Amino acid sequence: MAKVNENKGILVSLDWVTIIIYVALLALGWMSVCGASYDFDQAGNIFSFDSRSGMQIVWIGTSLILGALILSVDERVYETFSYIIYIAFLILLFLTPFLARDIKGSMSWIKIGSFSVQPAEFAKFATALCVARVISAFELHLYKNKDLIISALLVLTPMVLIVLQRETGSALVYFSFFLMFYREGMPGSFLFVGVAAVFYFVVGVRYQDVPLLNLPEVSLGTFCVLLGIWFFTSMMMRVYTSASKPFLIVFGTGFGTTLVAFLFSEFVIPFDITWVQLGFMVMMFSYLIYLSIKDRLISYFYIALFALGSIGFFFSTNYVMDHVLKEHQRTRIEVLLGMKDDPRGAGYNVIQAQIAIGSGGLKGKGFLNGTQTKLKYVPEQDTDFIFCTVGEEEGFVGSSIVLILFLCLILRLIHISERQVYRFGRIYGYCVLGIFLFHVFINVGMVLGLTPVIGIPLPFFSYGGSSLWGFTLLLFILLRIDAARNRMKRN
Amino acid sequence: MHNEDLHLENRKYVLGGIAVLVILVYILRLFSLQLMSEDFKKNADSNAFLRRIQYPARGSISDRNGTLLVYNQPSYDIMIVMNEAKNLDTLDLCQSLGITREWFDKRIEEISDRNKNPGFSRYTQQIFMSQLSAEEFSSFQEKMFRFPGFYIQKRSIRQYANDHAAHILGDVGEVGPADIEADDYYQSGDYIGKLGVERSYETQLRGVKGTEILLRDARGRIKGRYQNGKLDQAPVPGKNLTLSIDIELQALGERLMKGKLGSIVAIEPSTGEVLCMVSSPTYDPHLMVGRQRGKNNRTLMLDPMKPLLNRAISGRYPPGSTFKTSQALTFLQEGIISPTGTSYPCSHGFHFGRLTVGCHGHAAPLPLIPAIATSCNGYFCWGLYHMMSNRAKYQNVQEAMTRWKDYMVSMGFGYQLGIDLPGENRGMIPNAAYYDRAYKGSWNGVTIISISIGQGEVCLTPLQIANLGATIANRGYYITPHVVKQVQGEEIDTLYTKKHYTMVSPSNYEYVVEGMRKAVLGGTCTAANTSMYEVCGKTGTAQNKGHDHSVFMGFAPREKPKIAIAVYVENGGFGAVYGVPIGALMMEQYINGKLSEASEAKAESFENRHISYGTSIR
Repeated sequence: MAKVNENKGILVSLDWVTIIIYVALLALGWMSVCGASYDFDQAGNIFSFDSRSGMQIVWIGTSLILGALILSVDERVYETFSYIIYIAFLILLFLTPFLARDIKGSMSWIKIGSFSVQPAEFAKFATALCVARVISAFELHLYKNKDLIISALLVLTPMVLIVLQRETGSALVYFSFFLMFYREGMPGSFLFVGVAAVFYFVVGVRYQDVPLLNLPEVSLGTFCVLLGIWFFTSMMMRVYTSASKPFLIVFGTGFGTTLVAFLFSEFVIPFDITWVQLGFMVMMFSYLIYLSIKDRLISYFYIALFALGSIGFFFSTNYVMDHVLKEHQRTRIEVLLGMKDDPRGAGYNVIQAQIAIGSGGLKGKGFLNGTQTKLKYVPEQDTDFIFCTVGEEEGFVGSSIVLILFLCLILRLIHISERQVYRFGRIYGYCVLGIFLFHVFINVGMVLGLTPVIGIPLPFFSYGGSSLWGFTLLLFILLRIDAARNRMKRN
Repeated sequence: MHNEDLHLENRKYVLGGIAVLVILVYILRLFSLQLMSEDFKKNADSNAFLRRIQYPARGSISDRNGTLLVYNQPSYDIMIVMNEAKNLDTLDLCQSLGITREWFDKRIEEISDRNKNPGFSRYTQQIFMSQLSAEEFSSFQEKMFRFPGFYIQKRSIRQYANDHAAHILGDVGEVGPADIEADDYYQSGDYIGKLGVERSYETQLRGVKGTEILLRDARGRIKGRYQNGKLDQAPVPGKNLTLSIDIELQALGERLMKGKLGSIVAIEPSTGEVLCMVSSPTYDPHLMVGRQRGKNNRTLMLDPMKPLLNRAISGRYPPGSTFKTSQALTFLQEGIISPTGTSYPCSHGFHFGRLTVGCHGHAAPLPLIPAIATSCNGYFCWGLYHMMSNRAKYQNVQEAMTRWKDYMVSMGFGYQLGIDLPGENRGMIPNAAYYDRAYKGSWNGVTIISISIGQGEVCLTPLQIANLGATIANRGYYITPHVVKQVQGEEIDTLYTKKHYTMVSPSNYEYVVEGMRKAVLGGTCTAANTSMYEVCGKTGTAQNKGHDHSVFMGFAPREKPKIAIAVYVENGGFGAVYGVPIGALMMEQYINGKLSEASEAKAESFENRHISYGTSIR
């Protein structure tokens, strides 16, 4: 009797909102796979198992069974076995390159019978479980550097193993764990540093060879980055220290010297004013060190370190771009940043993807009527570039609905995570939503030409069993843990 | 610590905010991509849709009796898909097609060169060899299975049932840049009528191209029809033409004109339909078809005898004495002469001061009808002189000249008649301003006297001479001559049904008809006389730099005429030498439908009488 009640309890406390969003995304995803894999030539049956759309039904069906299985297992099992699962996957990830066949340069697929499985897709949930277990069990506080390093190591280990499989895209997904770290106490400045680094990289590389106004010897990229470092540094002084005078000195002199140098160069003798900026950087750094010693405030030291690190990072990106990266990697970055127009080369995929989406208009061309995707103008049309089909066939209305569904899912997962009684559940929940957010951010952004082309699937849309099972696993373990919240309260 | 946790819980808003921001930015991006610009849509369409032209069958052409003259014949282009043409036995292929290895290599290079062939794709069919005949094709077809990547595309080319009437039929060839510029119907590689009715009836013959919209994938391969062909447009076949030409008559004319330069034009007076239009030398229209067209066309263009020139409408000649009929009509209508009362002297010609226009020996003075019959130069010179110097009627010579010119224009001279063929010449009828310029205002009837006998500045096309015959046969009007009797499914253009009346009244025409009848019965054209029907005729012997041109203009029968004809044989001498007998044979052929045995023998002798022309002239 008790068991029946318990099961009934799970069904009652199961988060049906998430289930509905999940099913809706699966249905829309299946329609997109139909659209992307449909061939005008052999207008065959979309339900046939010979077609991609037919096979996707198999993957969806098995995912639903997988979901049901996960729900029927006691939630404590996941926490209990999290270490074993994690270690098992680390071993599997380590062995994968030795077992895998080379598929387009990637060594991440293991062939089992007639199917290929990608362990990296499943390592995400294992890592999430393990990190959640470690942080909750050992009561780690991520504002402490030691605790943060331990947590980060748990995440970086599978990441490195996946990089070794030459699946850089899947490896980058592990950066999404930093969102969870942030929620669990990692200082916000870490996230800020990440944003600053992207700013330095994009602006620095993109505008490196563009002159500042009519001063041919001044690089607009360098000028803006140095201006940014000054601005970020002075703002950090404003936020992280209580004294306002040093902030005003740094902000004022930085503004003053740059302006004077610019005007002098513009109207008197043209010269490279970035040298003046660099000189100012040295003075600013010295001043911050002086302040940290004088006031015995470690904050000034960190800010000084930030400024120094920023300059070092900026100059090293230029060095890496020019001397470390290979030609095709450099081209890819340059095309992404809009520095090169190369419609048949590296930019081809992105251009065709935008044509596909742009041609959809308000209401789209209708189910199975997209031409861009079906006629193979868009590459990887039913996997990484699946969102093109949504854009082309369902138009602005359909693609907005899909994006809003994803947003609802993520916000719902935040809600679910926050209502967890135990820290394990909350941490696991943030790992899951971080992973979803990262996938949507990168995948849709790449199709829209806003983020770099990184080959990772769009959850529930991209064709394939591994990714679908992986996402289902992630989501349903969370739902199972969440469904037990009432019983935990009772206990 | 508790406080710290609460502080951290607020970070959910930061994370939620990041998610909302990302999705918001993406929706804005979608908005700008999908709703702000039509370019993406156009881009996608031009990517995916291949509009393939479907060519309509060109209309056929037959003669007035329904004999098929021009039709379509299938020809075959050999297409190659480079990507599939692998492991090719080049030697075998070259032997099968009768080409050399060098030609093969050169051709492949040309196809692959995107500068010369902008539409090149390794995955689609490219023309390898064009316009193979059915025989060439069938021998290749048997072996085609050995050559992967080679395909056949059926097209159609013009074919001619016989080798007559090349100038009227004309030909088709590939459009040039100017054609594409002038009419956006055409695309590179299309065919267009170049000469003859193929050109003048191009829009009716060509039909309307259809399109089928095909779906093309990223590699240029065809993946089916867009919306199962719902938006496809079927081609509309071209309309068939029925010519007014009698191909038997045309064939006889070409036979008779062998070895001679010149032209024969016959018109049905009541309708303006051109019954035959011979321009000699002619050429075999088959030369203008197929792969040899370019080469043959160049050869014909370089021929000093200018076989491509349609002399019947493009050649301008002095009409000689045939023109006297028009003068008689003008003088009668203007009251310069009276039909029976006026006689002019002629003592071996017209003498005025130091000027003499010679004439052959005949009784003098003569009234109008015998003057026409004997083709008296003196009579018509005096007539013109009296008209030009009649100050009671005209204030000055200019006014008289203008009046004269108006008569000439009303008879269809001096301007294009408007025949439905390209390249018509307007001939030359001088006016007062012309002579004022030429003689600086100091001129009179005597100065210009030679125009009265169809010499001097006056020039007509053989068509205009034949049309003069038709006007006389009709007693005062003509219908614009035309070679197309009917366009399938269309009414005949009113241009070709409207009667153009001359300024001369029908009663005056009867005197000229009588004169022309007398010429046949006992004047210059007796060779044209026959007991079968009443022939009216007028010879001409047109002086020029070389030997005189032999001219004949006539019609028959006298009442309800069926045929009006002009024969012009360059350097043929007296009108009676070539013009009259050829004209007589032509009239017999048309009216009787065949030649008598005696006439057939005569025709054969004329066929073999060649005039020797130098190679330098014309």
